[in-house]
Amino acid sequence: MLNETICQQSYFVQGCEDAESSEIRFRLCQELWDEIKTDTEVLQDELNRTILDSLLDFTRKCSSTRQNSDWTSQMRASEIPTAALMLGVNVPDHDMTFQSLSDMLKQSVSPHVASVQAKECGALKHLMKKVLERLMDTVVVVDDEDEEENVETSPRVHRSMHCSLGILCDWYTARTKKSPTGTPGKKRSSQVRDEQQQPPVVIIFKDLEAFNPRVLQDFILICSQYIDRLPLTFIFGIATSPSTIQHMLPHSVSSLLCIELFQSLSCTQHLATVIDKLILASRIHFKLNGKVMQVLIGVFLYHDFSVRNFIKGLQLALLEHFHSQPLSVLCCKKKQALFNVTQLSKPNLDRIRQLPSFKRYVEKQEAQEQVNLMTDDSHLKEVCQQLIKDLHKYHKNYYPILRCLHTLTSSLPRYPLGKQIRELYLICLAKNVWENEDYQSAMKLVKMLAKGEMVSLLQKCVEILQLSKSKKMKNALVQLEELLAKFKQLDTSIPSPIKNLQKKTDLFQLQKTLLEMNESRRAKRLSPFENLRNEALEFIDNLVKSHLSPPESQPLYEVCYYSSSATVRRHLNATPRTSIQAALSNPYYYLQNDSLKSEDGTVSNTAPDICIAYKLHLECGRLINLYDWLEAYSTVVSAAEGNDQDSENFGKVDEVKHARFIRAVSALEFLGFIKSTKQKTDHVARLTWGGC
Amino acid sequence: MGQPHQYSYPSIFIYGHRASGKSHVMHVLMKELELSHATVSCVECVSIALLFEQVLLSFFGCDAASLLPRSPSLSDFVRVYRQQCSQSPAKQTRYIVSAVEDNVTVILLSEIAWDKFRPNTGCFEPLLLHFPDYSKSELQQILSQNVHPSYSAGFYSAYINILLGVFYSVCRDLRELRHLAALNFSKFCEPLAEGKVKETDTHKLWKHIEPHLKKAMQTVYLREVSSLQWEQMQKEYDDVDLLHLFCLLKGLSAHTHVELPYYSKFLLIAAYLASYNPARTDKRFFLKHHGKIRKTNFLKKNEKTSNHLLGPKPFPLDRLLAIFYSVVDSRVAPTASIFSQISSLVTLQLLAQVSHDDQLDAPKYKCAVSLDFICAIARTVNFDIVKYLYDFL
Repeated sequence: MLNETICQQSYFVQGCEDAESSEIRFRLCQELWDEIKTDTEVLQDELNRTILDSLLDFTRKCSSTRQNSDWTSQMRASEIPTAALMLGVNVPDHDMTFQSLSDMLKQSVSPHVASVQAKECGALKHLMKKVLERLMDTVVVVDDEDEEENVETSPRVHRSMHCSLGILCDWYTARTKKSPTGTPGKKRSSQVRDEQQQPPVVIIFKDLEAFNPRVLQDFILICSQYIDRLPLTFIFGIATSPSTIQHMLPHSVSSLLCIELFQSLSCTQHLATVIDKLILASRIHFKLNGKVMQVLIGVFLYHDFSVRNFIKGLQLALLEHFHSQPLSVLCCKKKQALFNVTQLSKPNLDRIRQLPSFKRYVEKQEAQEQVNLMTDDSHLKEVCQQLIKDLHKYHKNYYPILRCLHTLTSSLPRYPLGKQIRELYLICLAKNVWENEDYQSAMKLVKMLAKGEMVSLLQKCVEILQLSKSKKMKNALVQLEELLAKFKQLDTSIPSPIKNLQKKTDLFQLQKTLLEMNESRRAKRLSPFENLRNEALEFIDNLVKSHLSPPESQPLYEVCYYSSSATVRRHLNATPRTSIQAALSNPYYYLQNDSLKSEDGTVSNTAPDICIAYKLHLECGRLINLYDWLEAYSTVVSAAEGNDQDSENFGKVDEVKHARFIRAVSALEFLGFIKSTKQKTDHVARLTWGGC
Repeated sequence: MGQPHQYSYPSIFIYGHRASGKSHVMHVLMKELELSHATVSCVECVSIALLFEQVLLSFFGCDAASLLPRSPSLSDFVRVYRQQCSQSPAKQTRYIVSAVEDNVTVILLSEIAWDKFRPNTGCFEPLLLHFPDYSKSELQQILSQNVHPSYSAGFYSAYINILLGVFYSVCRDLRELRHLAALNFSKFCEPLAEGKVKETDTHKLWKHIEPHLKKAMQTVYLREVSSLQWEQMQKEYDDVDLLHLFCLLKGLSAHTHVELPYYSKFLLIAAYLASYNPARTDKRFFLKHHGKIRKTNFLKKNEKTSNHLLGPKPFPLDRLLAIFYSVVDSRVAPTASIFSQISSLVTLQLLAQVSHDDQLDAPKYKCAVSLDFICAIARTVNFDIVKYLYDFL
C-alpha cells in the first residue's frame, strides 16, 4: 500500500509544474480523493439501502414460508422464489450494487451466496461449476478437455467431485446438521434462529439478458427438482425490462419461479444525489467550472448513464488540477490554505500576479495599493490570505442560496431554470444568473404563485438556510422567517372585501361597493398579499444578486476551479478513428519530426510507409488494384531516397520495397481500411467512405 | 416384464404430456415389484460421465462410482458394472430408467414422441407406450383427492369443479392446477367463514369466486404476479378493492419502459429504421433534396407486403451509422463511446448481431424491438418515427 502511494507520487511529481510544492499537492490531492471516495461509497450504500432491505426481507420471507407445513404449502407446486431486480441500463454501476447486496446477504440472511456472470457460463456445466465452487469454496472438476492438466496436479480427493446439484445438496445437509446454531443469527429471536437453521442458498445472476436462454432454462429445471431438499433463491439482475424474463423462459419454466419485482433507483436520481452531495458542497474545496461540468454531465446523459464513470471523470479532473496548477496548494481547508499562503515561493507569487482574476482585482485598487501588490511580496501574502478567506465565505453562501433559488423555481411550469439543480448550477456558473432571460421569466412566474404554494416554498427555503452556519445566511434566515410570519398573519388580520360584501343587503349599497372594487382593481392597487409577495421576491432577488455571481468574478478562483474542459473531453471521449486518421494523414502530429512537416495536408514522401500507402489509397475507388498501388508507392519512395529521376532504376520495385509495401498494406487491413475481396483476386476493397 | 431371472426387453419408451402420471406409475410399479432401479434425470446429466456415475451410485453406492475413470467411455461403464455385479449378492434384472446394456431394461420417459429422438444411424426400436392426457373428469377425481383436512370432500370437489370450469380451457397440467387450487381455496372459503353461506350453497359460492378465478387466470397463471404477492393481496383486501388493485398493479409485462442514454435512443431508432426500411429508400428519407419519388415507383413485387410482417432485416454497421448521423440533430463525433453503446445494446438484446464476431469484416445487426417500444423511445426524444417508416407512407 505504502509502496503504491510512493510509486504514484513519483509519477505525479514527474513532469509536474513547479516540482517544489508537488509533494504537498500530491498529498492534498490524495486526501481530497479519499474523501470523495468514501463519500460516494456511503452515498451508494444509503441509496441502495431501501431496495436491499426489501430484497433481504424477501429472501427471509421466502425461507420462512418454505418451512411451513400446512395444507396450502403442501399442495402448492414448489416454486423457486425469485427476485427480479431492475437496475437500469448503466451496467458498469451494477457491480457495486451486487457487491454490497451479496455482502449484506452474507451478513444477515445466509452464508450461502453465489453470484454468477453470463460471460463465465457459456454452457450448463460451467454455470454449475461456478455455482458450486462459489458456494462450497472448493475446486470442482468438470469433464472438460481443456482442464486436463489441472487434474494431474490437483489432489485426488476432488476426483469424484462431479458437479451436480446432488453433491451440493449433500454438502448443504452436512453443513446445516453440523452447525445447527453456529450461524451468525444467534442473537436474534428464536423465530429467526429457526430460519437460520435452514438458511437459503442464494444465487445471483448478475446480467440476465446476456445469459444463454437454454442454459438458464436447464439450470432452473434442475434446480426445481432439488427445491424440496435445497432452499434455493434466485436473484436476477435485469438491465432492460422485466418482460425479458418472459422472452427468455417458456411458460413451463417460468411457472417454476415465484417472481417478485424490485425497482432500483433510476440512475438520473442517483447522479442528482451525487452532485448534490459532492459538487454542491462547500466542504469539498475542489470545484469544476461550467464547461467541465457540462462535459461530464454530457457524457453521462448522452453516452453511458454511468455514475461510476462520472466519478471517474471527477477524479481525472482532480488529478489534472493538482498536477498542472502549482497554485493548487491553496485548494484545501481554510487553515491549511492560510498557512500555505505564507509558504508560497517567489515564482508562485509571480504566478498569482499573473492570474487573470487577480489582475482584475488589482485594477480595481488604488494606484499606491496596485504598486504594493505588484512589488511587495509580504503584502501580497496578506492580501492573498484575505482573498482566500473571502473565497471560502463565497462558497459557504453560494450553495444555500443556489438551493433556495432551485426550490423556488423547480416547480414552475415549463421549468425556465431547469428541473434539476444541476441545470440551474450550470446557468449560474456561466454568467450572472440575474441577467439571464430565463431568470426574469422565472421570477415573473413566481410572482403569480398562490399564497399556499408561496408559503410552503418559503418554508422549504427556511429549512435550507437553517442548515447553513455562516453569518450572512443566518441574517437572511431571520429576515425570511419574518416574512413568513407576515404571510401567516395575513390569514387572520385582513378580512377580504368579499366578506364585507355579504353584510350589505341594500341593492344600492351593493352596487356602490362593486363599483368601488372595480375601480380599485383598475388602479391596480395591490392587495396586502401581493405587496408581501413582491417584498419576498425582492428579498430573494437581492440574495441572488449578492451571492450567486459566477466564480470567475472572485479573485483567486483559479485556485479551486478546474477549467480545462478540452483535456477532460480528450481523455474521456476517446476518438480512435479520428486519431488514426490524423496519424496517417498528418504523421508530424504524433512523431514531431521536422522533416515530416507539411503545410497543405499533403504527406511528404519521407513519411512512414503506412502513411504513404494510406495517402495513395485515398485516391482510389472502391476496388484497388494492388499492382498499381505498388507501382505508385515505389515511385514515391524512390523519390524520397533521392534517386535520380532519369536513372533506369527509378521507380523500379525491388524486394525491399515490395516487402515494405506488403507490410504497410497488411497494417492498413488490420486497421480496417481495406479488406481482400472475392470479386477480383488482385484487388482489395476499401472499407471507408470518400475517395472518387 | 417377465420373471426376475428371465431376460427382459432392452428398452421401453414411454411418452406423454407433462404431469400425466408417467413417473408416478413407474415408481409405484418398481416399488410393488421390488425391482432394483435407478432414476436419472437427463437434463441434469450434462455429460455422459455424470450419467454413468449417477447410475452406478444409485445401484452400488459411492465405492463403485469412484472406480470410474475420468471421462469414461461406454465400455468403462460396462466393465465397472460387471465387476460390481459379480460382487453384489442378488443378481436380478435391473431396470434403469434411462441407459444401456446387459440384461438391463432402459425405460425412457419423455414428453416428446419417439420420432424426434430416433438417431439416424439406426438402433433397436424400443417398445412404445403412450400415456394419454387426463380427461376433465379424471382431473377432477385426482384433484379432489387432496381434500383440505378441515372441509368435507363434497365441498372440496365442488370447488374443484368450479376451478376446472374456468381453467380447463387454458391449462390441463395437473401440477399447475393443483397449485392454483391451493392458491385460491382460502378465497373460496371466505364467505363460509363469515357465515354468509352454507357449504351446500354452491351457486352462491360460484358467484363469489368466479370473477376472482378469472382474474387469477390473467395474472398468477401467467406469472405476471407472483403467488406470494397474490396470497398477500388476498389477505389484505376485500373483493372490490382487490379488483381495483389489479388494475393498478402492473404485472411483469406491463413494465416495458426502458431508460436509455440519449444517443443510445437514437442509435436504436436508426437501427429500427435500417431494419424495416428497404435500403433503396434511404435516399428518400434522409437526403434533403430527394425529389419526389412516389411510393408506387419503387415498389417491387415482394415489397408490396408490409416490412413489419416480414420482420427485421439485417443491416451493416455503416448504414446504421449513416442513418444515425442524419437522424441526430446535433453533430456527434464518432467517439469510442458511440461504438461501445452499439455493443451494449447488443448485450441488452435490443439489437442482435447477425454475422460473426469479427468487427473488421463489416458486422451486421438486426433490430430486436417492437414498434410500440420504438415509438415510446422516439416520443421521449421528440422524433416522429412514423414519418420515416416506409410502411406507413
